[in-house]
This record gives sequence, C-alpha cells and structure tokens, in this order.
Amino acid sequence: MPRRDDIEKILIVGSGPIVIGQAAEFDYSGVQACKVLREEGYEVVLVNSNPATIMTDPEFADSTYIEPLLPGPVRQVIERERPDALLGTLGGQTALNLAKALHDDGTLAEFGVSLIGADYDAIACAEDRELFRAAMDGAGLRMPRSAIATSLHAARDALGELGLPCVVRPAYTLGGRGGGIAYTDEQFERIVAQGLEVSPIGQVLLDESVIGWGEFELEVMRDRADNVVIVCSIENVDPMGVHTGDSVTVAPQQTLPDHLYQRLRDQAIAVIRAVGVETGGSNVQFAVNPDSEEVLVIEMNPRVSRSSALASKATGFPIAKIAARLAVGYRLDEIDNDITGVTPASFEPTIDYVVVKWPRFAFEKFPGADPTLTTHMKSVGEAMSIGRTFGQAFAKALRSRELDRAAAAAPLPDEELLERLRTPSVDRYEMLLELLARGTAIEAVHEATSIDPWFLRELAAIARDPGSPFAGARSFRSVDTCAAEFPAQTPYYYSGWERRKASEVRRGAKESVVILGSGPNRIGQGIEFDYCCVHAAMTVRDSGREAVMINCNPETVSTDYDTSDRLYFEPLTLDDVLAVIEHEAELGPFAGVIVQFGGQTPLKLAAGLQRAGVPLLGTSVGAIDLAEDRGRFGALLDSLGYSAPPYAVAASVRDALASADAVGYPLLVRPSYVLGGRAMEIVYSPEGLADYLEREGAAGGEIYLDRFLEDATEVDVDALCDGQDVWIGGIMQHVEEAGVHSGDSACVLPPHSLGEEMLEQIRGATREIALAIGVVGLINVQYAIRAGRLYVIEANPRASRTVPFVSKAVGVPLAKLACRVMLGEPLAALDLPGGREGLGHGDHVSVKEAVLPFDRFEGSDALLGPEMRSTGEVMGIARDFPAAFAKAQAAAGTPLPTRGTAFISVTDDDKAGAFAIAQILHDSGFRILATRGTAHTISRMGVPVEPLNKIGEGSPHVVDWIERGDVDIIVNTPTGVGARADGREIRRAAVAHRIPCLTTLAAGVSAARAIARAGLDGEGEVLCLQRLHDDGDRTAVE
Amino acid sequence: MSFVYLEDGARFEGASCGAAVAAVGEVVFNTGMSGYQESVSDPSYARQLLTFTYPHIGNYGVSTRAMESERAWARGAIMRSACDREDAPSAERGWLEWLTDCGVCAITDVDTRALVMHVRDAGAMRGGIFPADIAPDAAASVVAAEPEMAGQDLAREVTPARVSRHGDGDGPLIAVVDTGIKSSMVRELVRRGVRLELHPCTATAAELTAADPDAVFLANGPGDPAALDYVVDTVRELVGQRPILGICLGHQLLCRAVGLETFKLPFGHRGANHPVRDLATGRIEITSQNHGFAALGPSGERTIAGDEPVRWETDFGAAELTHVNLYDRTVEGLRLLDVPAATVQYHPEAGPGPHDSLYLFDRFLEIIATAR
Ligand SMILES: Nc1ncnc2c1ncn2[C@@H]1O[C@H](COP(=O)(O)OP(=O)(O)O)[C@@H](O)[C@H]1O
Ligand SMILES: Nc1ncnc2c1ncn2[C@@H]1O[C@H](COP(=O)(O)OP(=O)(O)O)[C@@H](O)[C@H]1O
Ligand SMILES: [Mg+2]
Ligand SMILES: [Mg+2]
Repeated sequence: MPRRDDIEKILIVGSGPIVIGQAAEFDYSGVQACKVLREEGYEVVLVNSNPATIMTDPEFADSTYIEPLLPGPVRQVIERERPDALLGTLGGQTALNLAKALHDDGTLAEFGVSLIGADYDAIACAEDRELFRAAMDGAGLRMPRSAIATSLHAARDALGELGLPCVVRPAYTLGGRGGGIAYTDEQFERIVAQGLEVSPIGQVLLDESVIGWGEFELEVMRDRADNVVIVCSIENVDPMGVHTGDSVTVAPQQTLPDHLYQRLRDQAIAVIRAVGVETGGSNVQFAVNPDSEEVLVIEMNPRVSRSSALASKATGFPIAKIAARLAVGYRLDEIDNDITGVTPASFEPTIDYVVVKWPRFAFEKFPGADPTLTTHMKSVGEAMSIGRTFGQAFAKALRSRELDRAAAAAPLPDEELLERLRTPSVDRYEMLLELLARGTAIEAVHEATSIDPWFLRELAAIARDPGSPFAGARSFRSVDTCAAEFPAQTPYYYSGWERRKASEVRRGAKESVVILGSGPNRIGQGIEFDYCCVHAAMTVRDSGREAVMINCNPETVSTDYDTSDRLYFEPLTLDDVLAVIEHEAELGPFAGVIVQFGGQTPLKLAAGLQRAGVPLLGTSVGAIDLAEDRGRFGALLDSLGYSAPPYAVAASVRDALASADAVGYPLLVRPSYVLGGRAMEIVYSPEGLADYLEREGAAGGEIYLDRFLEDATEVDVDALCDGQDVWIGGIMQHVEEAGVHSGDSACVLPPHSLGEEMLEQIRGATREIALAIGVVGLINVQYAIRAGRLYVIEANPRASRTVPFVSKAVGVPLAKLACRVMLGEPLAALDLPGGREGLGHGDHVSVKEAVLPFDRFEGSDALLGPEMRSTGEVMGIARDFPAAFAKAQAAAGTPLPTRGTAFISVTDDDKAGAFAIAQILHDSGFRILATRGTAHTISRMGVPVEPLNKIGEGSPHVVDWIERGDVDIIVNTPTGVGARADGREIRRAAVAHRIPCLTTLAAGVSAARAIARAGLDGEGEVLCLQRLHDDGDRTAVE
Repeated sequence: MSFVYLEDGARFEGASCGAAVAAVGEVVFNTGMSGYQESVSDPSYARQLLTFTYPHIGNYGVSTRAMESERAWARGAIMRSACDREDAPSAERGWLEWLTDCGVCAITDVDTRALVMHVRDAGAMRGGIFPADIAPDAAASVVAAEPEMAGQDLAREVTPARVSRHGDGDGPLIAVVDTGIKSSMVRELVRRGVRLELHPCTATAAELTAADPDAVFLANGPGDPAALDYVVDTVRELVGQRPILGICLGHQLLCRAVGLETFKLPFGHRGANHPVRDLATGRIEITSQNHGFAALGPSGERTIAGDEPVRWETDFGAAELTHVNLYDRTVEGLRLLDVPAATVQYHPEAGPGPHDSLYLFDRFLEIIATAR
C-alpha cells in the first residue's frame, strides 16, 4: 500500500502550552510529522498556540496558525484552508480531544475532513473507559475490577463492590489530573467530587487497587495491512500506584521471564487491534502480579505519547516519523529504518544497553502542595540516560537531574526511613539509597516499596560505592536499533564504561561546534531553550560546520538524531561534557562550544570549560560574570549612569537585617543560589524579613536584598550584539506589574503604553549595557519603570525565555542570527530589517500569556509573585492589543466571558483602578459583585454593584458564589502584607472551576478592555504566520 | 579472571562465572533481550559459545518451564553483566549456579558489543573461554584443534538413544527425526492433538514409517546439514510417501533431500526480532531465529530479490518460496507443489521469542489433513 493520493492537504494539531503531562515530546513528534509529510509532497497546515515550539516555525509548515486550540478557531482554520485530512494523534490529549470535538460538532463532516492516524471510533474506544472495557472483554483481556460513576451517589454504591483503597480517575483528563487513590472514606468523597468536576464529561472511573504490582508499558505500531510491531518495552521501577510520568522507568523491561514478556506482547497487539487504531503508534500499560503472573490492562493511548518519545530516543526507532508515514498509507515494510539504512521499519528494535528515565519535580515552588506521588502526575520534566548497564544508566540519570540543591535523605533511623518509604514521595530514592548504603536488608526495602529486588540489588551496589558502575574506561557507543547486528549509519551516541576504551564515533573533516542543551524541562527553564539550541544546530550546519548536540532530555527536538550532525545523549555536567569535547577534538577539527542557548545549565559550565581550555563561542566568560556578579554589574550601571533599585548583598542573616534598613522596605529577598526566581519573596517589614530568614536563611550562602519597586511597569528586551553594534529584537511590556516574575506575567509586543520617549531610553540603555558587558550573541535586559523613571533589574547575557516569542512576533529568527554572530559574522552582514524593532512588521500585536500548574498542586496559593511558577506559555496574535490579549487568555485555558457576572475585590491602593474595570464591564452588560470596601468605591462612582460577604462574614460568601458557578470573571489583587487568606480561597476556587482570575489591576483592565472590544472571547479572526510576515519577507532572514 | 580467545587472535577479557572449565566451540551471538535459559538448553547451540548482546543476563533466574531440552547444550555463555538470582518470583534457581551445575563455562564483564562487532565483520569463528593463566599460544592451539562448524555432524551428539512418544488421543501420528528437537516444538504440536514419535536421527525410513505415521517431521538441530547425508537419504526415501514438515535444520535437510543446496551464513541469524514475510498473505511476522546455514535460491543465489513466490525445480517437482527474511532477503520457508511437504527456516514455536508464527503449526496440520 503506497502513499495515499486521495489527500493533498493535511492539518496537524499541536498540543498547546507545556503543562504537566504534556511537554516538549509533542513538539518533537509534531516536527517529525511536518518534515515527513512535506517530504512526501503533502501541503501541511499547522495549528498550535505555543510559540516556543519548533513546529510553529514558519519553515516547518506551509501555513502555520498560532491560535487557541479550541473548536472555534480551529474550525475557522479548516474553513479557510480546506484540508483533506486531520492528523490528530501527534498533539497529545489536546489534539485528540479537539479532533473528537470537531467530529462531534459536525465540522469535519461539513468540510469533508477525514481523520487519519486514529479514526473517531478508535479514539472514542480508547478514551471512553466504558467502551474500552467492553473492547478488552471482547478481546478476552482482563482489567482491574471497576465501576463508572457520574455522581457521588453512584460512586458510593460502587465502593461497596470495590473496597478501599480505591483508585479514582476522571475520564478525559491529562496525566490523571483530578484523580487519586482513596484510602479512607473521607478521601474517597473528596477525590470523587473533584474528579467529577474536572472531567469534561463529568465521569469518573473507580478501579480496584493493584498498588504494588509491577507496571509495564509497551509501545506498539500498526500499519494498514495489520502488521504490528513492539518498538520498546518499558518497566516502571516504581510499582503500580505511582503515575508512569512520575516513576523512574527503565527500557527494556528487566524482570519478566520471556514467557511472561511474550504474554504482554501478545496482549498489547490484541489491544491495538481491539481498539481499532488503524495506523500509527499506541502506548499500552499493564499491571503484572509478579507472583501469580496475573496480567491486567490498565490503559492504552491511541496516539504518540510521552512514553513513545522516550521509546524513540531509547531505541533509535522514530515512532512519530513512522506513524506519520503510516497515516498516509505506507506499510511498515515500505519504510526504511534510517538508523541501519539497510533494513525496513517492520522489525522490533533490540538494544544492548540500558535506558533510565528520571522525572524532574518542582515541589519547592509550591509550598503547601502535597509531595507524595500518586496516580495523578506531578513532575514537570524528565531526564533520560543511557549506559551499558543499569548501574551506569541509573547513576548517569541521577546526575542528569540537575537539582538546584543536592538531594539528601533526612538523617533518620532505619525504621523511620522505611516507614516513610511506604508512601511514595519525591525523595524516595534518596531515602532508599541511604538505607541500602547503611546495609539495610533488600527484603526489608522491598517489603516497604514493592520495588523488584533485582533493582534494589543494583541500587545497593551504587549506594555502597557510587563509582562502581564506572569501572574501566569511558567508551562512546552508538544507538543502532539492532544490538550491532548491522552497522549503524546514524551518528547517535552515548557513553558507556568498558574494560578498554572503545569508540564508534565517525565524523567528517569539517570543524565541529558543540551545542550544550538545557537538560530536563523544569519551571524556569523549559522548551524555549531547546528551541534556541535547535536553531543553533541548524545554523551551524548551514554555516558548513558540523553541529554536535549534547543533551539528556528525551522529550525534545534537540535530541532527535537528525537535528544535528552528531548527537551525544549525555548528562550536562562538566565531566560528561568535557569527555565529549575531548573526544570530538581528538577525532577532528573542533571550533568550540556554544553555551548561550541552553539557559542556565550550560552557562553554569562556562567557567569550568574555559579553565579546561575549551574555546567558547560568543560572549566570553568574563562578560558573563560581569553581567551576573551583582557588585560588578551594579558598578557598570553606575558608570553608564543607569540606576538599579537600591540593593545590598548580605553575607549572613544578621548582616541582612542590618543592611535592610539602608536599602529600604518593601524588600525583595532571595538566596544567592536562586534560579528562576527560586525562593524569592517580597517582605514589607523587619518582621517579614526575619520570618523569611528563618525559613530560607538556613540554607546559608549570601542573601540578596533589593528595594522592591511597587506599581512599576516591567519591560523585557531581547537584543543581538556583536561587540560593535546592537540590534534590538523586541521590547515587551508586561501586563502584570513588576513583582510578578517575567516568566509568569503576560506581555505585549509592541508595548502598548510606554510612549516613544521611554522606548528610546530603553533602546539606548540596552545598547550601552550590551556593549559595556561585551556581549557577542544574545542579551536579555529586564527593566522596571516607576513614576516615569527607568530602572535596570537584570541583564542575562544569553538566549532568554522570550526569544521564540519575539522571533515569531517580529518574523526574525533571533537565535539563528545570534548563532551566526557567535560564529563570527558582524551584525552588519545579516541584512537585518531596519526601522523600529518589533514594530511596523505588519500591523499586528502579539501577546504572550503564561500557563500555570496550580490545578495540580492543591494547597498551594494560586498567586503570582517574583518566583516563577508557570510551566509554559501561549501566544495570541491579532490586529490590536485587546483582541490579542483575549486570544492569549483563551489559549491559556481560561477564555474571557462575553457576558455574565464579574466579581471584584482589590487592595485599598487599587480601589480607584477597580472602578475603571467595573465601569467597562458594566457597560458591556456585566453584573458587578464586589467585597464591601471595593463595592463602596465603585458605587460611589455611580456604577451599580452588589456587595458580597467575605468568607469571614459568613455564607453565602464569595467562595460559595464561585463554587455555585455564579461568577464568570474575577479581579482580585492580593492585599499587601500577610493576611492573604481570603484571596487565597478565592483564587483556589477560581482555579478549580477554571474561571479567569486576574490578580493584578493591569491585567484586570486589559481583560475588561478585551471584553468590551466587541465581546471578544478569543475567537477573533485567525491569522496565518507566513502571510503575516510576508511584508519585507523577513522570515527569509536565514 | 578469564578471557575469550578467537581463532583470528582477537582477545576479550572478562571474569569467569560458570563452571570452572575451559570451553571451545563456534562463537555466535544472540540479540534477544530475554530467554537466556531457553537458548542455552536449545540443542541447536551444541558446541557453540553463545554471546548474549543484552548486557543483563540472569535477572529472573531459571525454572523448569523454560527448559528446551533436558540439559544445557551451549558449551559456554559470554555476557556483559551476569547475575545469580534465585529469589526472582518465577525462579527455581539462580542462573550462574545452574550454569555451573550444568558444566557450562561462563564469562561475564566482557565487552560483548566489541566482540559482536568483531564477529559481525569477520564472521562466526571458533574460539574459546580460558582462565587468565592460559598463555595465548596455548589457547590458540586448543582453538585450532577444535573442528570447524562447516562439515560437522552434531545431530548424533544431541539425538536421543531410543524412541519416545508424546501426546495421546486419536489425533494424527507424526514421526519425528529428532536431530535435537526443542520442547516448545513438541508442546505446540501436542497441544494441537498430535501424537509424536521421536526417533534417533539415525532411524531408517522403514523404522520411521513402522507405526504408519500420518506425516514425518524434521526437527531443528545443530551443525551442518551438508554433513547429514544419511538423514538426507532417509528423507529422500520418504518424500512423496508421507507429508514432510520441517523447521530450521529440518528445513535444510528437506531442501537437500529434494536436491537443493545449503550454504553457511557469515554469522547466522540468532535473535527474536527478524521480520519475515509470509508470501501467502503478505503479512509480516516478527520471528525467533537460530541458524547458521540457509538454503540457496532457485538460481543458486543467496538472497531473494522480490516478494514473488519464486520456484525451484527439484527432484520431486516444483518447490515454491513461502517465506522470505526482510532483513537479509534469505530463504525462510518453502513448500513442494507436487508432493505434500513444507518447511520453514525460523522458529514458529518461539521459545524464546514472539508468537506471531504459531499459525504455521496449524498450516502443517492442514497439509497432513488434506494428504490423509
Ligand atoms: N487499579 C490501579 N491500582 C493501582 N494503581 C493504578 C491503577 N490504575 C492506575 N494506576 C496508577 O495510576 C497511573 C495513571 O493511570 P492511567 O490509567 O495510566 O492514567 P493516565 O491516563 O493518567 O496515564 C498509572 O501509571 C498507575 O501507576
Ligand atoms: N527591585 C525590584 N522591584 C520590583 N520587582 C522586581 C525587582 N527585582 C525583581 N523583580 C521582579 O522579580 C522577577 C524576578 O527577578 P529577576 O531578577 O528577573 O530574577 P530571575 O533571574 O529569576 O529572572 C522579575 O521578573 C520582576 O518581576
Ligand atoms: Mg498512563
Ligand atoms: Mg528575570
């Protein structure tokens, strides 16, 4: 069955913003699909709201729409582009749900769009627990006993059958969101209620618990001729009960005897056939009782997934790429395995190494959140490592995590630790290794954790001697899909330790450039940096050099073997990186290493690399230090005549209290090891500071104190500098005021209210600062404007989080240009667009909005602050600011209402502003509710408003209203000091019910304006990126 | 400490972990990721030193159900990271303890990937596992003394001394030329109601047909089919008299019996992931493989270009290609058109490996049924 000629135009739907449970893996799969389908001569239309993705780069599709992933906008795209088919299996749950919705509302039928990959029935069968169970019964496969409930009452009845503990899972949610394991009746009631709430179809599945059984996943592929292969088996070291996304996992499976593994294989094949996924990849999850050898099917995902990305990187078998070819008619045996070049894709990869995946968590950012691991995924990213043995892979994975602070087990007696191990938690492996190091019996640890003793024995060896896996010499091996049965054509390498040094690395004669990636996704360092690294690789290749990528994040495009000339899947530690660089240099000409694109991770290695004599391309280590050392940077600003907020660097807690008065309150405090605003707080008084030092000072190290600028407007600038000239890429005005981390605040480009004079000041300052630091490449400068005065907050001499957003907003590939500068080209040679940066490029406005994971961390306050908490971002592009803002809100998952009820409650300082908001909303036909104080101000100004009880004032109070669903939009600014209780409850309720909740006046005003502007709900006219930038043809800057 | 020494002088250090004996034989590698015990107890590995490409071997111990015969046949096991684990849920004993008791020489901590790449490029060759204190030239002469695999009759070494019967009921009776049949092959046939009569490989046509079997089955086994002319002659007598079915060595023996040629593959097929196309349905099976020799194509070619069921002219009429290997395009199965006979080169019974090809046993039984 060759390529389908009955379709010409294919619509690919992305997965939207990075959220817990849906990360960069869908950019990786989407990019592969785009490449393949265009190679095959199809016209590709892409929709995705996430600007930080490679797939939304104009060159990856024929028409790209950065629009909210909602039926409305996507329908518009379909109406406009008239695709023949929709490929919905590569954009995660989001794309799958969207495909389903567009079928249900008749859009697909109306425009004659066919679903390829998985058809409607298959999607429905896999996603609807009831249909799925029926299909499994039909295939003679067993699942945990279960019941489906659409009401709390029905759930209670079912519990009689199943008993506690009971696993509660909402239908159609991502990563188990809103689910959990109930051990007690109280927990049961709570979890079921919240499950019914978050499930888009108000349905929860109640499962008999098989906690402690082994958990296994198989990645299956099927073609139209019904040929089926298993790409990879994955074993969860953490048994059933810990979400696969939060489990440490190993490929291939290690503990099943062949007959049992073959049973899983047979069942996985039966599952994909029963569900009826015609072509493509699916992920099937099993629970296995190691003693009775019972096998239960847990679930199947009829699409590429986080696990399929992992399986692809683990085996070298590019699942998404092949799934895309299968979707357009090819058979597995008609597709080449490009790793060997000589064998077809209709085979099962076999590997001669071990792969370990470690989840990356971010609990430290969500005080109050429950750090135990359960059926509801909580990790924000992952690192993968490859070794010749499990020990090597596990130890490499440990160092790939890049924890901000070295993790260590609490110094507790064995019994205590064992007791804690019974409940899986983030630090379980630290405790486990500590116990094993103390010589605790394997049986005891197994009894507490149910982890297979084979793993525990391997871990015990590491615990006793961390160096043990690394006996011998580091050898570079290739990932070849076939355990060396055939020579590998693809340069995808890892290091393993053998008795004698060996290397399979083959390289050309061109000089090589090493690009350091950004490691596991985490809050503060996400996909944006991988985006930049990929652009660097493309640019290095275009420049006639060989691009060498080092990274350890399996989700990303940067770790796709055809992104660079050579990929080394390695941890980003100085040792591991130096080993690769030395090897590269040993084998051929080596130009140097690029540390500017991978965020803080490579930047932290810069000094060490220089000490080792490795040439750094671009900004020098000295310059980096000049920008990052607060003292030196402060002096530099003085010399240039720019002011920073008053600050002090305190060596000790006592010292901090002393210097605080000199700086002046309110203060922004943070420990010096801070990353992404980690542990940053605003304190308003010596008491507040003392309290902070109590909590954070303990960690030791210097403490930074800055005068906190209240009511200041924050501005972000990304610019290019070659040491002589500076080109401003974009100036972004934040919607939220300074004090909300730049990564968490919405921002607009071009700035909508700064005024030409201020913009000119900002340009001037950016130029002088970049030149004074001596930047060669990219620089990001953050400013705060208060009372018409410009303050410099910080300068980052590297690619920033906003580079992809700016590049897409202005149609200039900043990262690529920066890379060319770093490779020696002067700015003058880049024929950059003249005129004013980020302005005048078409008559459109771009808004970036952050996406926050509060809904996954019950108990933590859904409040924005100087510590970054967002996992991802979306972009809204429109003809004017309100429309773009509305699009961004919709894309972020909280569309603004067009009518209904608004609740307003603000601090005294904000009262005047609150009136303006009330006025606009009232004029747009909203009913206005407010807490007494706020209501008073508003009504005094003549706007009708109804006062509401605060929680303290008794029911029915504001939270009751929200819970009842009687509020459609909330403006709630935190009352300065302490006592945030009320606000906290309000925001929690808003998050739980997905009601837009604007926590700053500025954002409130923007929202009100957007609503007023023809009642925009984010479904304004859709815009095609390619056409947007056609004027001046800037996308051609390559 | 010990080391692997290959006849071309290559040397790979390791640590001894099995029986304290030196072992020589043909060094081969298997790319499967599970099923180590099945492989070592598979008679087809007789006189071979088996290298496991998967680094961790022994993880789930050993158990009776995983035996493919009564004993271990491979002479040696070469591993990257072997472990002895008797506390695995399905384990009756530890892997290394078992190897030692079976007298199988084993070595671990070997850079098996380096060894495999060497064999892949230079071809399967003789070699040995020796204690560290053996001098290289001593090792060299011991290895040189070991006869080459080509030309070896190993069937006599693994074949049973006397006839044995399996299965009951009134299902078809099949006489098996037991050149080293695997237990899972017996299991799959008996499960389908077949009665089996296992004969020593030296059995004559008369002995094989004495009980008036409905068919003759040619089993898998070790060594070079070209060295088994006495079996080949027996089979030739039976072609046309009884339906003939065969697997692996059995396939090669039928081929030679009807006048086709076999040849030695550079390093053989051993693993559980080779794609094979069934030309009757066009479907692809992921197969279990274990063979060092293969049949030549109709015009003496080693690989088959297309996916057409090409034909051979044999002494018993036309033979048609039924299965082809999509990795290296070698012959994986054929059937005779004028007399009831069909064989495959790979292992439909799995043990270890995927179950995609179990249907072949049903096909075999249909052939018997129609011939009846
Ligand atoms: N019946 C059960 N008993 C114990 N744990 C379970 C059960 N069902 C699921 N789990 C755990 O919950 C996790 C998530 O369940 P799953 O069905 O895979 O949902 P998701 O769609 O979020 O992946 C699984 O990885 C598994 O560890
Ligand atoms: N002096 C200040 N006054 C007001 N807000 C500030 C001040 N310093 C920092 N901030 C806020 O804190 C956020 C994080 O501070 P920043 O120095 O950018 O840390 P990071 O290195 O994490 O980006 C900024 O985005 C800004 O909103
Ligand atoms: Mg799952
Ligand atoms: Mg910042």
